[in-house]
Amino acid sequence: MATHSSILAWRSLWTEKPGGLQSMGSQESDTTESHHHLPLAGFLPPECRYRLVVTAAVGAPPPCGFPIGGGLRGPAPRRQERPDASMAATGAAATDLEVVRGKRAALFFATVVIVLGLPLWWKTTETYRAPLPYSQISGLNSLKLRLMVPVTVVFTQESVPLDDQEKLPFTVVHEREIPLKYKLKIKCRFQKAYRRALDHEEAALSLGNIQEAEAMLAEPSEQAEGSLTVYVISERCSLLPQDMMSYIGPKRMAVVRGITHREAFNIIGRRIIQVVQAMSLTEDVLAAALADHLPEDKWSSDKRRPLKSSLGYEITFSLLNPDPKSHDVHWDIEGAVQRYVQPFLSALSAAGNFSVDSQILYYAVLGVNPRFDSASSSYYLAAHSLPHVINPVESRLGSSAASLYPVLNFLLYVPELAHSPLYIQDKDGAPVATNAFHSPRWGGIMVYNVDPKAYNGSQLPVRVEVDMMRVMEVFLAQLRLLFGIAQPQLPPKCLFFGPKSEGIMTWELDRLLWARSVENLATATTTLTSLAQLLGKISNIVIKDDVASEVYRAVAAVQKAAEELSSGHLASAFAASQEAVTSSERAFFDPSLLHLLYFPDDQKFAIYIPLFLPMAVPILLSLFKIFLETRKSWKKPEKTD
Amino acid sequence: MVDTCFLSRGLTTLAGLLLLPFGSLAASQIEDQAEQFFRSGHTNNWAVLVTVENFLRVLTGRIPSSTPRSKRLLSDDRSNILIYMTGHGGNGFLKFQDSEEITNIELADAFEQMWQKRRYNELLFIIDTCQGASMYERFYSPNIMALASSQVGEDSLSHQPDPAVGVHLMDRYTFYVLEFLEEINPASQTNMNDLFQVCPRSLCVSTPGHRTDLFQRDPKNVLITDFFGSVRKVEITTETISLQPDSGVVESSYKKDQMVEELMEPLKYAEQLPVAQIIHQKPKLKDWHPPGGFILGLWALIIMVFFKTYGIKHMKFIF
Repeated sequence: MATHSSILAWRSLWTEKPGGLQSMGSQESDTTESHHHLPLAGFLPPECRYRLVVTAAVGAPPPCGFPIGGGLRGPAPRRQERPDASMAATGAAATDLEVVRGKRAALFFATVVIVLGLPLWWKTTETYRAPLPYSQISGLNSLKLRLMVPVTVVFTQESVPLDDQEKLPFTVVHEREIPLKYKLKIKCRFQKAYRRALDHEEAALSLGNIQEAEAMLAEPSEQAEGSLTVYVISERCSLLPQDMMSYIGPKRMAVVRGITHREAFNIIGRRIIQVVQAMSLTEDVLAAALADHLPEDKWSSDKRRPLKSSLGYEITFSLLNPDPKSHDVHWDIEGAVQRYVQPFLSALSAAGNFSVDSQILYYAVLGVNPRFDSASSSYYLAAHSLPHVINPVESRLGSSAASLYPVLNFLLYVPELAHSPLYIQDKDGAPVATNAFHSPRWGGIMVYNVDPKAYNGSQLPVRVEVDMMRVMEVFLAQLRLLFGIAQPQLPPKCLFFGPKSEGIMTWELDRLLWARSVENLATATTTLTSLAQLLGKISNIVIKDDVASEVYRAVAAVQKAAEELSSGHLASAFAASQEAVTSSERAFFDPSLLHLLYFPDDQKFAIYIPLFLPMAVPILLSLFKIFLETRKSWKKPEKTD
Repeated sequence: MVDTCFLSRGLTTLAGLLLLPFGSLAASQIEDQAEQFFRSGHTNNWAVLVTVENFLRVLTGRIPSSTPRSKRLLSDDRSNILIYMTGHGGNGFLKFQDSEEITNIELADAFEQMWQKRRYNELLFIIDTCQGASMYERFYSPNIMALASSQVGEDSLSHQPDPAVGVHLMDRYTFYVLEFLEEINPASQTNMNDLFQVCPRSLCVSTPGHRTDLFQRDPKNVLITDFFGSVRKVEITTETISLQPDSGVVESSYKKDQMVEELMEPLKYAEQLPVAQIIHQKPKLKDWHPPGGFILGLWALIIMVFFKTYGIKHMKFIF
């Protein structure tokens, strides 16, 4: 069809005869030829008609406003042509005119195609790409992170010499770069605000017992996340045992011994830095956070144990009872969760949303057969068989279909009567005290042996009441390890009691938030950078407006988080970093970014050639012919002259 | 047909099993596809959703948020992934459902996107099609090891026909790989070099190939159980925290939660499948749409040419 129409156009250019159709009645002899009526006055501009033919060839409606069926007649009434008698005389002149007009028509054809057609085709077949802040994204890679820890240092009366006391209050800044082989430079800045102790603080610090002092010093308003307070007591104060130089408390508070020396402030400053670093930021905290962004050689893969940062977590407690005929196991899981787990989780609530559920599975066995140890007449699971335990059980555990948060499973296994008691052995063959093991990023398993006294005289099944406190001690310890809350590196001669009933100290939460903020910023930066790279490499992907707005939001959130970190507001920095990660992941994983992924270039040519080649050939040939004739006509005047 | 590799006792470690099909398309699209499929006489129903697009979505993670957990690849930077593909293929492509193809370039791009987001630690790609080696030629992301059943220009053959059913049941390469893997137990120390020797030319007629230049470790140090076993990293728990037994204080709040629950309204089971429409009891009335621009233009052209050729005088007889 396209070829036919273009051939029509072609013939019309070169085989026009003047005169021709006057009215419908005299058409009989001409109907078999495909003559167009060319009004000599040019009432009907030729370009309109030819544009009609061309665009009809490609299937678009004619742009000139002609009615579709009758495009060959103009809206204007036709002129009366001169009678045929003068046709021969004007034949020659008319032919020349024809030729010129034909050439003009061909040129116009070509112009319309190139000026109008090509851009139109290009515009309609390009993929829509909303603008993205590429320069800002590449600027994120050279972001300098400055983590500021605001520390308040409180001096009691005899802690430092008098003339030093006169200098209070002032601020000292201690800044240090963390040596990690990571593209973002991270600096750690401790801003110590020195001041004198208030009366009630003096009173509290002169008590005999450190716990009482802490209880008195607990401020009514919660200290902001990320900040610390250090109290400096005198050298001979009996608050701490004599050989201890410092104390780290569970609530963002520490006590350091002062010194009466000329260089008191420097020495005390160094001690304070040691204590404060143990409570907030050290290299391994940040290395664990950035584990998958660092090259593997420096920090071992053990650092990859902690859970990845996520908006929330789902914790499932399961009781596995493989032998219900012998053991009738009861566990007060709801009470245990309320008493022990909820305080822990509410202390951690700044780090994410937690949901807890529990289940009991019957006839669920571990995938490994325990061996019998005749020396202790008990069964054991060797350390090398532990890695094979989890997978067979995991398929029975199930998880919530609706939630997309990572799931942490804690299993309590009550071994069968035939395999009781069951102990877990470590690599050296000694039974493990906790009788439990855990798998990074998955959860933990504990084996609970039934007290042999319960079997005396009773019939099977024996009622077993699980001691939830012992179980929860292990599970909460495993939860801490899974979150990466490790034991801090204490400075020498430091008194440290460990977490209280919640199971976590507030500055441990702060350390988690620092690590998570840095990890979130690293992840968001990497995601945005790789999204920009991807969109540059694969030009087929459409970028919708909402994807672009998520990218803008993510970039703004990264910058805000970096600012908040450098001003020491940990809570808002963490919130901004969460938002950055969420927005960048939403932009990267948007389902629309897959569209048009499979159109290789050679297939595109195969689609376009049958459509455009038949149209392009006549145009190009006529242009070529025009060009040759023009060159000939330039050469002719030279010759005759 | 994309399949997942299920072995009798080995399951993949920390591994993403590619679970296909999954339904994440618009409801009307599902209905159309379902109708077509049931009319065509196939008995396998949801295989209709195994398409190239869905496969790439599962790999890259660009899934609509309504997709359930079991239909997602929940892998992270510590997961080893096994991808096994078999079916009909050619130089640079693999056929899906006899109607679509996936090319090696798309697969390589999908793996690169997975790498950018660290969705895998190591990836093992096994392909059993004709000219399978062409599928792994274009990979450029690190930590990928690939095995194929035949080189470019060769055909992979099937193993043996079943005289009762009359069809070939299994491909040769798959048969011998399965035979090899059934001897592996979770504690085995067999490494990848042994897997490369499976199915030599004398048994398989085609020459199996492999590609390890993108893999960081030496194949002889890579255990089969890294991908096929069910081995997890575990640590012994050596420390506990000390809790204080407190009682009574929190009992009241626990009872309150119980009472609140009973006031919720009863839940209903949602209608899962539009069964009536799938069973196709009566023809659905489709909305009538006016013909589009292309059809109109085509007819305009035809009419124009007709009247050009035969003259405008015929028009009064037609209209």
